[in-house]
Amino acid sequence: MSQSVESRTRIKSERYESGVIPYAKMGYWDADYVIKETDVLALFRITPQPGVDPIEASAAIAGESSTATWTVVWTDLLTACDLYRAKAYRVDPVPNVADQYFAYIAYDIDLFEEGSIANLTASIIGNVFGFKAVKALRLEDMRMPVAYLKTFQGPATGLIVERERMDKFGRPFLGATVKPKLGLSGKNYGRVVYEGLKGGLDFLKDDENINSQPFMRWKERFLYSMEGVNKASAAAGEIKGHYLNVTAATMEDMYERAEFSKEVGSIICMIDLVIGYTAIQTMAIWARKHDMILHLHRAGNSTYSRQKNHGMNFRVICKWMRMAGVDHIHAGTVVGKLEGDPLMIKGFYNTLLESETDINLPQGLFFAQNWASLRKVVPVASGGIHAGQMHQLLDYLGDDVVLQFGGGTIGHPDGIQAGATANRVALESMVMARNEGRNYVAEGPQILRDAAKTCGPLQTALDLWKDISFNYTSTDTADFVETPTANI
Amino acid sequence: MRVTQGTFSFLPDLTDEQINKQLAYIVSKGFSANVEYTDDPHPRNSYWELWGLPLFDVKDASAVMYEISSCRKAKPNYYIKVNAFDNTRGIESCVLSFIVNRPINEPGFLLQRQDFEGRTMKYSLHSYATEKPEGARY
Repeated sequence: MSQSVESRTRIKSERYESGVIPYAKMGYWDADYVIKETDVLALFRITPQPGVDPIEASAAIAGESSTATWTVVWTDLLTACDLYRAKAYRVDPVPNVADQYFAYIAYDIDLFEEGSIANLTASIIGNVFGFKAVKALRLEDMRMPVAYLKTFQGPATGLIVERERMDKFGRPFLGATVKPKLGLSGKNYGRVVYEGLKGGLDFLKDDENINSQPFMRWKERFLYSMEGVNKASAAAGEIKGHYLNVTAATMEDMYERAEFSKEVGSIICMIDLVIGYTAIQTMAIWARKHDMILHLHRAGNSTYSRQKNHGMNFRVICKWMRMAGVDHIHAGTVVGKLEGDPLMIKGFYNTLLESETDINLPQGLFFAQNWASLRKVVPVASGGIHAGQMHQLLDYLGDDVVLQFGGGTIGHPDGIQAGATANRVALESMVMARNEGRNYVAEGPQILRDAAKTCGPLQTALDLWKDISFNYTSTDTADFVETPTANI
Repeated sequence: MRVTQGTFSFLPDLTDEQINKQLAYIVSKGFSANVEYTDDPHPRNSYWELWGLPLFDVKDASAVMYEISSCRKAKPNYYIKVNAFDNTRGIESCVLSFIVNRPINEPGFLLQRQDFEGRTMKYSLHSYATEKPEGARY
C-alpha cells in the first residue's frame, strides 16, 4: 500500500467528489417525485440568469432552501441526507411571459420546527432570494400539510367567535382609522373614536405608525379611546371596540401595553407586521390566553409583495399569519386606493376564510389546502373606500370582512358621526337588497339614493364622493386569465 | 334612544313585507330560524328568551312569520328579534339577526364610571329598563 491515507479513504461515489456539481445532479431535482401528504410544498416564480437551465435553477432553489451549500460536503453521508434534500419536481413556463418559470418544490416535514413561523421562513425565504443563479425570485404559494398545521395555534379568536362576542351577524363589520394619523393629543384622539362609534361604526382603529410619540404617549391614547368606546356603546346599546396598537420597540414594552389594554377593558388590540414573526406568534398566544381579538396591520408588506417577479406573494403572508394566529389582517379592497386585482384579492380572502381551498390558478392558488380546523382570519378592507362603492364592496368582498372607511368617515362635511351613519345606512340597505334577491350590483347606485331619502348624511356622502375612483392597473395580477381592473 | 343591535337597525323599522323577504332569504339558504324576545336589551345580554325552539328544516317563510306574529301578540312591548343559524361545518353559528319589534319607549343605558388609580376607569352599562322588575319594564 503505497497510497496515502487521504487517497485510500477518499469517497469513490461521483456524487461526493469534491467540487461544484449541478444541483440537479446532487438530488434536488426529481421529476418522478411522489408528493407525501406530510410534505410542505412551495411554488416559486423563477427568472433564471441568461443561459441558466430552468431545471437547474429550480434545483438550486430547492438546494439552497434546504440542505445544500455551493460545494459537495462529505458530512452529508453522516445523515439520511436524501430526506433532508428538498425536491424540485415540476417546472412550468409562466404563461405569456418569456424567461420565467414556476418551480414546484417539496420539503419533508422534518425540515421544520413544529409551530415556528420563524423556522419555516428561515428555510423557505432565508438565503435563496439573493442567489446569483437567478435574476429574480418570487414565492407564489405554499401548501401546508395538516400534520404541520396542527402544531400551530391559529387565530386567537377567529371570525365566528368574534361575531358572537361582538353580536354582529349577517353583514360586514364597519370600521374607520383615526385621522390624522399623527399629531392628535390623547383627548382629541378619543373624540374621533367616540364620534365614529356613536355614528354607527363597530370599530375604530389606531393606524400602523401610532405608537407612543412625543405628541401623544400610549397611555393617554388608551385611556381616552376607552372613554370613547364605552360612551358610544352606552349610546347605541351595542358592543363596540377600538384597536389599540400595542406595537413597541421591545417585547417587554408590548406586553406592558397589551396588559394595560386588557386592564382598561378593551376587547381588541393591534400589532404591526413589522414586529416580526416571532413577536406576532407570541402576541397571538397572549391574545388567546386573555380573550382578546388581535388585529394585524400589514405594515411593510408591499416592500416585498407587490412586484410580480421578485419577493413573495401576499397570499403566502396570509397563510403564515393564519398559522401565526392573528384575527384580522388587511387584505385589500379591490376598489380603493391601494394595489389589488379582484381575482388576487379573492384568493387572499379565500385563503383567510375557507376551511378548504382547491387549486384555483386564476386566483393564484397553486395548491389545494386543508386548513385543519384552524380558525378563520377576518380580512380587513381599508384605503380609499367610501359609501358610494357599497354595492361593489359587498359584491367583491362578501359579508366576512371589516370595511374600514377612514377618510370616508372622518372626511364627511357634516362631521364624523354623520360620516359613520352614512356608511352604516349604506351597508345595511345594500345587505337588505342583496338578501331580497335584487340585482344589487347593477341597482347599487339607485339603492343608495333610495336609502339616502331617509338619511341626509348618506345623501351628502354620495354627492361629495360621486366621482372618486381609483382605476389603475394592478401590478400583481393573475397569469392565467385576463382581469378587468376598472371599477364602475 | 334607539338600540341599534341587529343587522338592519339603522334603517327605518322593517315592514312585514320586508321581513318576509328576509325570511324567504333565510329559507332559501337552508338556515334554521328562531324568534327571541327580551325586556333587557343590555348588549351583553346574550340570552334573550326563546320563543319556542328554532325552526329547523323550515320550507316556508310564513311559518316563521306566524311565530313572529304570535310573539308580538304575546309580548307587544318587548324587543323581538329573528336569528338565522347555519350549521355548515366551520360556521355553526348565527348568520343573520335583526329586530322585528321594539318597545314604544326605549330608555337606553347609563354609563357608570368607577375611578381607579392612574386615571384608569372601570366602566359598566346600566340598562334603565331593568330598574323595574322583569315583565313590568316597558
